Amino acid sequence: MEIQFKHATLGYGEKIVLKDVNLTLSTGKTTCVIGKNGAGKTTLFKSLLGLIPVLSGEILFDGKNVSQWSRRKFARMVSYVSQSRITAFPYSALDVVLFGRLAHLPSFASPRKKDVEIAEECLELLNISHLRDRVFTRLSGGEQQMVIIARALAQQPAFLVMDEPTANLDFSNQAKIICQVNALKNTSLGVLMATHTPSQAEMCHADVIVIHNGTVWKQGNYDEIITERLLQEIYDVEVEICPACKQLKIKNKSLILHSK
Amino acid sequence: MNIYPANSQAKIVAILTVILLVITVLSFSIGRYSIPVNSLLRFLVTGAYIDENLPVIALQIRLPRILIAILTGGALSVAGATYQGLFRNPVVSPDILGVSAGAGFGAAIAILLSAGLAMIQISAFATGIGAVVLSMFICRAMVANHDRLLLLVLAGMIVSSMFGALISLTKYVADSESRLPEITFWLMGSLARVTMQEVWFVLPVVLVSLIPLLLNSWKINILAFGEEDAKTLGLNTARLRITLICCASLLTASVVSVTGIIGWIGLIIPHFMRFIVGPDHRRLLPASFLAGASFLLLVDDFARSVSMLEIPIGIITAIIGAPILFIVLKISPSNHHKM
Repeated sequence: MEIQFKHATLGYGEKIVLKDVNLTLSTGKTTCVIGKNGAGKTTLFKSLLGLIPVLSGEILFDGKNVSQWSRRKFARMVSYVSQSRITAFPYSALDVVLFGRLAHLPSFASPRKKDVEIAEECLELLNISHLRDRVFTRLSGGEQQMVIIARALAQQPAFLVMDEPTANLDFSNQAKIICQVNALKNTSLGVLMATHTPSQAEMCHADVIVIHNGTVWKQGNYDEIITERLLQEIYDVEVEICPACKQLKIKNKSLILHSK
Repeated sequence: MNIYPANSQAKIVAILTVILLVITVLSFSIGRYSIPVNSLLRFLVTGAYIDENLPVIALQIRLPRILIAILTGGALSVAGATYQGLFRNPVVSPDILGVSAGAGFGAAIAILLSAGLAMIQISAFATGIGAVVLSMFICRAMVANHDRLLLLVLAGMIVSSMFGALISLTKYVADSESRLPEITFWLMGSLARVTMQEVWFVLPVVLVSLIPLLLNSWKINILAFGEEDAKTLGLNTARLRITLICCASLLTASVVSVTGIIGWIGLIIPHFMRFIVGPDHRRLLPASFLAGASFLLLVDDFARSVSMLEIPIGIITAIIGAPILFIVLKISPSNHHKM
């Protein structure tokens, strides 16, 4: 599977956020999107998911234009781990993962035995089977994030899109999420992940997309793309990359952004 | 452990059905003219009776009233549960989009024009539905890139207060000897005047509106995660929202147009049932219907038997409802999220 953006202009109605976006994503690869707050990472994701219409240009899934796709068709192709955690009612973790089966069910059906099995496999895959019958709203932030990722996997998509999956998580939960992202890597799933921690891309052996100045600025391999100059340019701080351990340091301060 | 295991949920629904049946039978016997349960049961099963008043009282007076009480309590509770799921808010009531205020105005204006009972009901039903359509129209006319649900609530408030003012205006110009008391009485809600004719009007509307709600009940659960998540899971949220609003409004408007405004049931019953059968709408909707029907039957039995002068049912539901909500809210935080 391959997703292509061709000269796409993305934004909300009259407010253009990203111009002339050209990029290619394919299954079997993990790609990290980096860029400042408000650079347009979420806009890129929402366009890819069909939540906001493409203003001009096109998005192609395996060469087919997706602008007229139904929600159902999108949901079978791309799943989304958003940043919002709205939950009004106390559903169990298994119930939540089962919601991921919606796109595979006939119109008025509710989940059957087979769907429960798939949902349980997804929990198993992320090593959170013990959360199965717990109430979602009572789980910790890290556990909730894992359940939402399990829900996204239950959709059995070709692409998994995650908007800052480690935001608001403590140090160990961040590491757990990144480990799981690595473990998910296989030939049939493409992972697209926004991050504020550039070294997470290195940890995931991921390709990098840099969003800067209202467009997709660069796309490529981590080692080629992430340089001291580039980080300095997009984040406006002087950064030093330790050549041996690839740790990132902000110059003149002993602060370590992230260590392996 | 799962706090709401599926088989115990099914058991609760079965128990609620039995409770409703028992209350229904009792409601035939309770009243100013009481009928012993055994002679009532004999009459219902075999058709034989000794007291010659029994068939008239049971079939012509009490039967339509019991059926309307069941339909009204059930319909308002299901509508409440649906709106609570749609708005992701456990304290929303069926008149959030202005259906009650609209129906009240429709009835008031028909009473003012000395219309007959059927005309009053038709007018109430039409303006009730009209108020909801107006709310949705106002919502659509407001800025696009905004939270649709929040706009809907605001639109509902606008429409409700506008129709509230129109009701006051109607009362103000109404003849204080005859029309004004009638309008006031209608607004308080009562099942006193219902006949089988009303049942034949309400029953089909309620049945037809319940079907899409029950078919979509699992999807209502998914709305709990917000519009955007629901869309990425493959839900056509706009279509589901319209379906839910249409059905819940039809339910509410049809019963309110016959009974007048009966508050609180649509708010408390689903809220209460949610922490008995859990938040899954596949159980919550049937459980709410059964519990709401039982509750309104009991309240109506009370309304028609406690004194010579019948107490308007809307007053009793509010008097009972307000403290119940307080109790439910007081005990729910410890119970609601128990593991």
